[in-house]
Parts: sequence; C-alpha cells; structure tokens
Amino acid sequence: MPIRWLVKPGSYYDSVSLMQLSTKAAATPGVRAATAMMATPMNLETMAADGLLVDELKGAGPNDLLLVVDAAEADVAETVLAQLNESLNAAPDHSGESQTVVPRSTAEAKEALPGANIALISVPGTYAAYEAAEALRLGMHVHLFSDNVTVEQEIALKQYAAKRGLLVMGPDCGTAIINGTPLAFANVVRRGPIGVVGASGTGIQAITVLIDRLGGGLSHAIGTGGRDLKDEVGGIMFLAGLEALEADASTEVIVLVSKPPGKKTMQKVAERLEQCRKPVVLCLLRGGKINVMNPGVHPVSNLEEAARQAVTLVTGNALSALTGDEATNQAAAAAAVRFAPEQKFLRGLYSGGTLCDETMLVLKDMDLHTYSNVPIEDGYALDNARVSREHTVVDLGDDEFTRGKPHPMIDPSQRAHRLVQEMADPSVAVIMLDVVLGYGSNADPAGAMAKAIETGRAARKGGDVLIIASVCGTETDPQKLSAQEAILRNAGALVYPSNTAAARAAGDVLLALEGRGSRV
Amino acid sequence: MSEILTLLGSEVQVINLGIPSFAADLAAVGAPALHVDWRPPAGGSVELLAHLTALQLADAKIAAANEEAMNRLAAFQPALIGIDQAMRAIPGVDSHTILHAGPPVTWERMCGPQRGAVIGALMFEGLAATPEEAEALAASGRIKFAPAHHFGAVGPMAGVISPSMPVFIVENKAFGNRAYSTMNEGLGKVLRFGAYTAEVLDRLAWFRDGLAPLLAKALAVSGPVDLKSLTAKALQMGDECHNRNLAATSLFVRELTPALIEAAGDDTALLQRVATFFAGNDHFFLNLSMAACKASLDAAHGVPYSTLVTAMSRNGTDFGIRVSGLGDQWFTAPAGMVEGLYFPGYTEADANPDMGDSAITETFGIGGFAMAAAPAIVKFVGGNASDSISYTKEMGLITLGTNKAYTLPTMNFAPGPQGIDVRAVVSRNLQPLINTGIAHKAPGVGQIGAGLVRAPMACFEAALAAAATEFSKQ
Repeated sequence: MPIRWLVKPGSYYDSVSLMQLSTKAAATPGVRAATAMMATPMNLETMAADGLLVDELKGAGPNDLLLVVDAAEADVAETVLAQLNESLNAAPDHSGESQTVVPRSTAEAKEALPGANIALISVPGTYAAYEAAEALRLGMHVHLFSDNVTVEQEIALKQYAAKRGLLVMGPDCGTAIINGTPLAFANVVRRGPIGVVGASGTGIQAITVLIDRLGGGLSHAIGTGGRDLKDEVGGIMFLAGLEALEADASTEVIVLVSKPPGKKTMQKVAERLEQCRKPVVLCLLRGGKINVMNPGVHPVSNLEEAARQAVTLVTGNALSALTGDEATNQAAAAAAVRFAPEQKFLRGLYSGGTLCDETMLVLKDMDLHTYSNVPIEDGYALDNARVSREHTVVDLGDDEFTRGKPHPMIDPSQRAHRLVQEMADPSVAVIMLDVVLGYGSNADPAGAMAKAIETGRAARKGGDVLIIASVCGTETDPQKLSAQEAILRNAGALVYPSNTAAARAAGDVLLALEGRGSRV
Repeated sequence: MSEILTLLGSEVQVINLGIPSFAADLAAVGAPALHVDWRPPAGGSVELLAHLTALQLADAKIAAANEEAMNRLAAFQPALIGIDQAMRAIPGVDSHTILHAGPPVTWERMCGPQRGAVIGALMFEGLAATPEEAEALAASGRIKFAPAHHFGAVGPMAGVISPSMPVFIVENKAFGNRAYSTMNEGLGKVLRFGAYTAEVLDRLAWFRDGLAPLLAKALAVSGPVDLKSLTAKALQMGDECHNRNLAATSLFVRELTPALIEAAGDDTALLQRVATFFAGNDHFFLNLSMAACKASLDAAHGVPYSTLVTAMSRNGTDFGIRVSGLGDQWFTAPAGMVEGLYFPGYTEADANPDMGDSAITETFGIGGFAMAAAPAIVKFVGGNASDSISYTKEMGLITLGTNKAYTLPTMNFAPGPQGIDVRAVVSRNLQPLINTGIAHKAPGVGQIGAGLVRAPMACFEAALAAAATEFSKQ
C-alpha cells in the first residue's frame, strides 16, 4: 500500500497529543496505518513493527517529528498526511494557563508564577529526573508522574529533596491530593481528617473514594511512587509523608497503603510506627505483614477495610463490609444457576493495577486461582498477556499494553477490544471490570465499557456472560459516580460499591458454578 | 519537614511539564497552574543531559560561585586612567609580541584580514620594510603571536596590537585590575580590516605621536573618565555600545573637551586635527566600551565552580569562549558567518567569518544583549523595533541576572540581562546573539555590511563537558 511521509526536524510535541492525532488519522477510511511520532529509538522500533518505517526515515533523530501514512490509495495517503500536518500547526492547548506568557522552562515559569510550590512532571522518562532536579533546585516540591526513571536517579532526587525538606512524589506517581487540589489522576473527595500516604496511585484512588462513600473526608493524599519502599530507596518519601501527616493539624487518622516494603525498609517503617502519635491504618497489599506493637496501628488486608477502619477511627462507629444491594445480589444468584455447561471461567479486565491485585487476592483467599500478566502466585503467569487462560485477571495498564499507547484509564479502546474478545469465548462465565473516574480519566469510561458490552453481547453465541463491575469514583467527580453506575447497570452489568465487594461476589458466583460454594 | 508542612497548609500552585490536560484540569478546579511549553533540554541530546545532570548534583557549589561572580560584575567601576604605548602599559609585551583578537591561532590559520593587519603591524614596528618581508617574518617563528585576551587586552576585528601602538588603560576601580585596547581608527582603509597601505601606517604613526600624547595630557588634567556612567547614558540615547557608539563617542568627546583644549595649549593644529578626527569617527567609543567590559569581566574570572562565561571572542577563523570556573581554557569552534545586510556591491560570497574581541560587549550584557536600546540594528536582519526588545528578552533566558546600572528605556527602564550561564545556553538550546560588522575576506577592503551572528553551540557544549568533569570532582 502506498506510504507517504513527512519529517519535521527540531519539532517537539507531547506524546499524548501525538497519539490523539495518530488515532484520528488511522481511523480515516482507506488508511491501513498512520502515525505521528518523535523519532526516538523506541518509537522507530514501534514504527518498524507497524510497517511504517520506510528506509528514508531510518536516520531520523529524537528531535525529529515523523508523520507517516499508509493507505490503500496514494491520494488518500497524501490527503491524510496533509491533514495530519495541518492539525499539528493548529494552536496548541494552553487552556491550563493563568497568564499570557508561555514559559519554555521551569525557571521561566517560576518567575511568572512565583507562588508555585509543586512541579507536576509527566515528560518522557529520559528527561524527567533532570526536570525534577531543576524544580527542586528552585525550591518546589515535585509530583513526578513520569515512569522510566532509573532507581539511581530516584535515589539521588529523593536524597537531595530530603536535604532541602522537599517532597518528591514518584516516579510513577499517578495520584496525589494536596490540600484539596487533585493532582494528575485523582478524584474529587470530601475534605476531612483522614490523611493517606500511598505507594500506589489506584490504591490511593480506591481508598479515597471509599472514604468519601462511607461519609468520611480526606485531608491529604501523598503519593510516593511504587518503588519508594524498596530497600534501595529505603522509604524516604513514605516516611517523610507519614511524618508530615503526623504533624499536620488537619489530620487525625493516617492510612498507609503499599505493597510490602523491602526487609530493611520494613524495619524502619515498623520502628517509626511504634513512635506514631496518631492512629494509623496499615494496608500492605499482596498479603504483607508487619510486626508492630503500637495499639494505635491497625493492619488491614484490603482497600475497603482500610477505608472502613479509617472512618471508624474518626467517628467511633463500626462499619460493616460493603455488599451489593438486594437487587444486585439476587441477580448474581440467579445468573449463577443459568450458565451453559461450557461456561466455566472468570476474566478480569483491569485498568488499575492495585484493583487487579486486590481481586486476585480476594479470589485466592476463596481458593480460586487466577492467571495474570502480573500474577500473585508462582506458576500462574500467562504465556501471552493478550490471550486469557482459565480464570484470568489482567492489568491492562501494565507496560506490556501501554508502550506507545495511552493508558486504559485515558483511552478505553484496548480494553473495549479485549472485552469483546472475551465475550466471544464460549467458556467465559463472568467478566469483571473496574471503572475509574476522576481527573485524568476518560470523560465517560462506563459509556465505553457499555458500548463494548453491547457489541460483545450481539456477537455472542452461547450462554449469557455475567458482567460484574465497580466504579471507583465520587458524586463530585466530573463523570459523576451515580451516572456512571447507571450506565453500567443499563448495559446489564451488576455494579458493586467497592472492588472488594465485587471480587467477593464474583468469587461466590464461581464457587456456586463449581458446586463448592455454600451460598447459591 | 517544615517545608512539607507548609505545603500541606498552603494553596497548591502548579507548574506543569508534560501532559497539557493536567494543567487544564487544575484550571477547572480553580488551582493556579502554569503549563510549560516544554521541549527536551539540550535539543534532546542524552550526552549533554548527562553533563547537565552532573552539574545539578554540584548545584550548591555552582550557585554560590555564580553569586560571587555576579557580585563582582555588579561592583564594576571601569575608568579610563591613561594611555601609553603597549610595551610600556601592558606587562609581558616585548618588541616581538604581536597580539591579536580571538582565541590562539597560528599565522598559517589566520584569515585574510588578520594577516593583513599583522603585515601592517610588523611594517609599522619597522620589523619589516615590505609586505613580503613581513609575511616571511610572520611565518618564521620569531614573532610571538598571542591572543590580546591573554594580556588583559581587547581589539575589534583583527584586533592586532603591536608594541609601539598606544593603548587605552582602563582600570576597574573596584578590584584594581586593568584592561587595554587600541584606539579606533574609524572606517574605510584601516588596519583592523587588514589594510596596510601608507595611509594606514601614517595614521598609526599619528596616533602614536600626536593623538595619544595629547589624550594622555588631557587625562592628566581631567582625571579618570568614568566609563560606566557614559555607557549608562549612551544606552538610553540609542547606543548599544558595540555596533552603535555615536552617542557614547559624543559624550566622551564632550567630557574631555575642556581638558583637551587645556592640554593642547598653543598647538591648535593638533587640536584641530584631533577634533576633526573625532567628528568623523562614530565608533571611537567602541574600543573603550570593550576595554571597560574586559576589565569588569576579568574581575569575575577565576571563581571556582562558576559557570559564568567571561569571554566570547573570534579571530576570523575560530570562535572561542572562556568560563570563570574553568581557568585559562578556550573552548573553540569554527567562526560562523554573519547574517545581515551588505553594502552595495557586496554579497555573502565576499564575507569573512565572524571576527574580533568586540563580543566582549555581549559577554558583559550590552551590544546585542541590549539591542532593545538600539532598535536600528534589527533592520540589518529585516526586523522591526519590537523585535529588538524580543532579542533582549530572549537573552534573559540564558543569563544569570541583570545589570542594574544599565537600564533600557524601551523596556520600561528594566535592567539589561547579564551573565551568560553556559548551562542555560546548552539546556535551553539558545545561543548568545551578537551584533557585529562584516569584514571583506580579502585583507584591506574593509567593512562590507553588518548584522547578527550567534555564538557557536559547540563552544558551550565543550565547556559544559569540561565543567561536568571538573565541578563534580569531590
């Protein structure tokens, strides 16, 4: 098929804008493939794999922008290429600006906004540590959303920051909420006296929205990035966050959420917790355990329990586990007995890694074992993350799926595609979904899933698939929790108030299916 | 810790680098947010990024050093205190020393105009009787060629200084160090463009025997001339004191006139010739401007860990820079071609590459950096008056601070940007801008145009690499 291309040397555009333009161009009728990409070595490989790397482009460098269109006819390719080029020249999105000056560096920006106290950095990993250090140099705290930052760079940044008393949230920190301001992927949550420190973005999101759902409120949510508690980094920012919340007048209860720390860091955290003057809810995912004598420290085993325990510590009132409402529970029970004989398996399609983990843990506790691209048990790794096997729960936000492609919380198309694929599989009985709302997320994630469910259902031969979902969001989120839940229900999904509840419900259905469960 | 606690109690104000929607979301919730039009630092080069990162790690030392260096610049007090022959005024200059503009260069590699100036200088010194003898002598190894910079001196274009040429003596009163420069010959057939005819040598002789002695006497009468206040006034009168020196020249002559008259006494013929010479030379102040900048910058050179650029200079073949914390090293690259307007009859094909020590003015923050003061310059590159302000603002992106003594009326009397930071040049991928004349590449033809040129990035990249190695040693 004829390929047309254009090289724009010395141009720079952010990868999200380029992906949006690529997607639009590729969707044009008659186009086989199209891309707008900076010619980094990794991108050139991706282009080669897509059959778009013509010989003339092989010498392009990381500061060159490549536009390539492969179409059925030459004139289509040329037209689409011209349109692609024109969209680039359209006015850039500066809607976030509060001033007319357009700064080109952090230093310039700081002069224009002298009160700036956080640099929110999501530039490509190669440059992220440099930019973070520049921000620290200028006396700002850093929210480092970027990943692909080396552990050496992380350690250097955090040690420098610690010396200056500054916070580095990240790398790979998806979520923070400071003094009511949501940063990156974060929900709009009621204010209150519960503070959170988390090494997981979706973990923070899940806990903060549950606190809101349970009537509680959040003082601050401090993210640390997923690697902070490994022994090489030593929990620098996790401990700094804990110390800050302990001193913060507006915080009464502290929730800590993370995967288990490295051995040495575990020791440091335990020692620090013994000294803690405020009640702490400790949620170590993947079944981690820590030895702390301090009766003010409350270990919990899942995200929902963390939120419930925190709210209870504030109000003094015990809260029972969240479950589906009457109608939902009845529908689940009814569906459990209606599966066709060949329907046996669960497929969990997750956009949030921590929610994916939690589901696998809840199921494992019910003696239901799941394959995954991020398995929690030995021997349960999928050979091919794109092909499910028996009970499978996948994290579609993992690197495997997001190299050169947008995260599923932003762009639901990969997950929608996978959903339709699973619904075409006659051995599938239950599909689980998480739907994450808030800033940063897609404008209508439930809508996208509902559409995919309809498409899947229309094409399905064999017994109905039971869709079990939970929405991680609040009424005050832009997408509105109740509206999103309604969309899913209208598409025939059973919607639960937390992922924990949804996972338990799914487990019950599977046990009934296997004839093992006591509940039918 | 208290910083984090302060953050928790404050309104969050964000600077956003990367995904634009993050800034839009913050605006939607009413949080002050500024999105940066970001591009990879240092043009995306991973190697340069590694150097920049190494320097970030040494930031505390570098910041303190740069503050010291900038304080020294701010303390500048350049004064013209005298005029005398180079071999008497400049320590180390002997009978066979020939100084030249730019970083070190051999006779073999010198460009046409500079060779012409060397030939003229050797004949002026009486070391050679003909141009052929002069060339043979120059190639013989018996002449000690050296950058004027190495002797505390600066010269425009070919910048050749020979032992018996009179030089201005400028002292930086704040630190006691001195800088020297020759007197400006005017335009047309002049030594600095490589001419060595009898007319040129005669003028040099008159400088030595007539003009310089009179000026020396006049200075003894008037006392030191404050070059800082002259420059400050000139910058508010349409000069940038590199390519536009008319106001400064006029102010200088006005200031010295009473002393000149007294010093001349009965020698009205000499006084008349001097007055006529000044009246016809719009650029007489240039060499004083350069010496003042040199004296001011030399005081800030040699501060360990400082990334301040203390010299930018060209010999018509190479462009070189020096950095305060990197000692005597020159970081060089081929001199570029000037982009501008040509006088009738000349084109780029006739042009010599960029030449002269006059970029010391931009190094100090005037010249091209103060283009907002002299909008006429941008016409040479097809710009308009607001472009001249844009250029000055652009240079503010690569400088460590401003010069409070030199304020620019067209920018609401804002102080001009000053103090080129080698890190910023590389990370911002933004080269210092220089206003300059264009010389014909053949010796002796003269100036054929004027315009703008950018200092080569390669010089700054090399300096950055050296700084990354030097400054990250424990």
